[in-house]
Amino acid sequence: MTETKDKPHLTRAHALDLLGQMVRIRRFEDKCAELYTQEKIRGFLHLYDGEEAIAVGVISVLEERDRVVSTYREHGHALVRGVPMGAALAEMYGKQEGCCLGRGGSMHLFDSARNFYGGNAIVGGGLPLAVGLGLADHMRRESNVTACFFGDGAVAEGEFHESLNLAALWSLPILFVCENNLYAMGTALALTESETDIQRKSTCYRIQSEALDGMDVVAVEAAARRAVRAVRETGKPYFLECRTYRLRAHSMFDAQLYRDKAEVESWRHREPILRFSEWLQSNNIVHPEDIARIESAVAAEIEQAVAFAEAGQWEPVENLKRFVCAEVGHEPGT
Amino acid sequence: MNLAPDALKAPAGGGGLIETTYREAVREAIREAMLRDERVFMMGEDVGRYGGCYAVSKGLLAEFGPDRIRDTPLSESGFTGAGIGAAMAGLRPIVELMTVNFSLLALDQILNTAATIRHMSGNQFGVPLVIRMATGAGRQLAAQHSHSLEGWYAHIPGIKVLAPATLEDARGMLWTALLDPDPVLIFENVMLYNMTGQLSAAAGAVDIDKAAVRRAGEDITLITYGGSLWKTLAAATALESENIRAEVIDLRSLRPLDDDTILRSVRKTRRALIVDEGWRSGSLAAEICARIVEGAFFELDAPVRRVCSEEVPIPYARHLEEAAIPQTSKIVAAVKTVFGRS
Ligand SMILES: Cc1ncc(C[n+]2csc(CCOP(=O)(O)OP(=O)(O)O)c2C)c(N)n1
Ligand SMILES: [Mg+2]
Repeated sequence: MTETKDKPHLTRAHALDLLGQMVRIRRFEDKCAELYTQEKIRGFLHLYDGEEAIAVGVISVLEERDRVVSTYREHGHALVRGVPMGAALAEMYGKQEGCCLGRGGSMHLFDSARNFYGGNAIVGGGLPLAVGLGLADHMRRESNVTACFFGDGAVAEGEFHESLNLAALWSLPILFVCENNLYAMGTALALTESETDIQRKSTCYRIQSEALDGMDVVAVEAAARRAVRAVRETGKPYFLECRTYRLRAHSMFDAQLYRDKAEVESWRHREPILRFSEWLQSNNIVHPEDIARIESAVAAEIEQAVAFAEAGQWEPVENLKRFVCAEVGHEPGT
Repeated sequence: MNLAPDALKAPAGGGGLIETTYREAVREAIREAMLRDERVFMMGEDVGRYGGCYAVSKGLLAEFGPDRIRDTPLSESGFTGAGIGAAMAGLRPIVELMTVNFSLLALDQILNTAATIRHMSGNQFGVPLVIRMATGAGRQLAAQHSHSLEGWYAHIPGIKVLAPATLEDARGMLWTALLDPDPVLIFENVMLYNMTGQLSAAAGAVDIDKAAVRRAGEDITLITYGGSLWKTLAAATALESENIRAEVIDLRSLRPLDDDTILRSVRKTRRALIVDEGWRSGSLAAEICARIVEGAFFELDAPVRRVCSEEVPIPYARHLEEAAIPQTSKIVAAVKTVFGRS
């Protein structure tokens, strides 16, 4: 694992926390996949298998007052940010106990109490939104940071260019986090970008940036810590390109014709959980009992979340048209 | 944010009438909003140093500075989305898009983000954003600057769509729109900016959900909005010589539509004609026609008719441009056919 100057932060308790959060996402999504085959979860379901270190490393260093903008592959971001697992799962069931009353589903988890501005199923759609959140903080001279997650596919959208330019031009406190998993659905980065070095693009906007191993949770956390500190101190944007790989299909409908199994296998032993836990164990920081304890705590949480979602109710159809526009007395706390 | 009843009261000001233009009325509305609420700011292409492409914001940069009169790059999607984010974070942005044609580059943000977030998030987030833009033909700007697409926007649940046609509405709709907790789009017809007239010096906020009867009549209801209002009123005057007394309704709000005012009038006059600068197929005029047929079919004495734009990209040459959009003469002729005259 990466040796960094932030390594002193890696106490045993902290290491267990990072590991535990990654395991929590992985096991939760394993369960989601299972529930999908049982048709409890429908629609599109995009899993984060292999990429967990990014959500954990970045969101762990944010403060409560900071803001998070995400994509449709956002279960990990939501969980680390504190969206209760039961509310997230109930949302995927379409139940009214879900964090959005069951109206958003897997791709649209929102949580205003946690400044979680949502899953966005428009590739690149969240970037301008993040610019606006940052603009509001900038204009009010508040030192909040907006972390904006997006994939390598979003880099090809005009919003990427527009948003990086605006953020740099207006000096906005935004942490851009590109989760470069090398594919946009089935199209490899090299087939879509004339310049495949994404970090290099960000430098053209004069944004401070780093590219890093996005499967190394310690490296991600260290970079995120540097980045968040810089954004908070300077008020300027910062760009992290986290290089990673998606180990599962793009969504549950994907036959993965575009890549061979050998390629996927070659990434499997770099995956963040295995790597981190092996490293921790070989350095005697954690022990097999610790891992067993994490696993059983996560299993219990998942069991409760499933029970919560199962017990949930469908929002009455009479409510279908509620909240298309605001209702007096029901304004959200913006 | 609640729409407190007294928020609609006109600000304290002297009495009397002032001579003004539609453009100045919009500018005064922006000024007043900026003065009354420090959360309000405006951004868009050339709103600052240039003074606004239709000169609406001329002088505001000097008064409010570049932070609150914010020139943007040519990034319609980017800065419209930024307006959405800033609104969600508690500011009250006014985004100016140069024309409705360019708004299409921001349509994704308007439809997929601004209009959806409240419902999709289960009412956790709202977008109190105002977007202003110019619309309409008549300045020989040809087929990429002259269209009337407000009817498309009126198709979208989750936003409100306004079309101020009078000085009072140009002056008064903005503040009420800013008080609204949801996104409001304001369409300013380009032919109205130079319109002059008298406006009360104390003019202030107006409601944004009711249609207005601009001329009372007994024989037919003419329903219109925006730049076509004045052509329709001229047609109504011309029809007096035919002994046809036309009632003219100014929709003011294209979404939501004020069905009550429309149906009440049609039930009285028993005839209706809609004037809409949008293209006929799939138009707002078609929607209004459908509502009249659904709501007052048995009270009609004649088929509902429409005067819309011809189904062509708006051409450059003056005579072709004039032929492409509703004109007073076309409205008069269409009304006569309702009465079986030619
Ligand atoms: C504007 C837009 N175009 C196309 C799609 C369909 N689509 C959904 S995900 C996706 C790939 C995006 O890839 P990337 O940004 O790299 O994210 P990843 O799925 O790899 O996490 C595409 C093309 C979409 N949702 N939005
Ligand atoms: Mg990707």
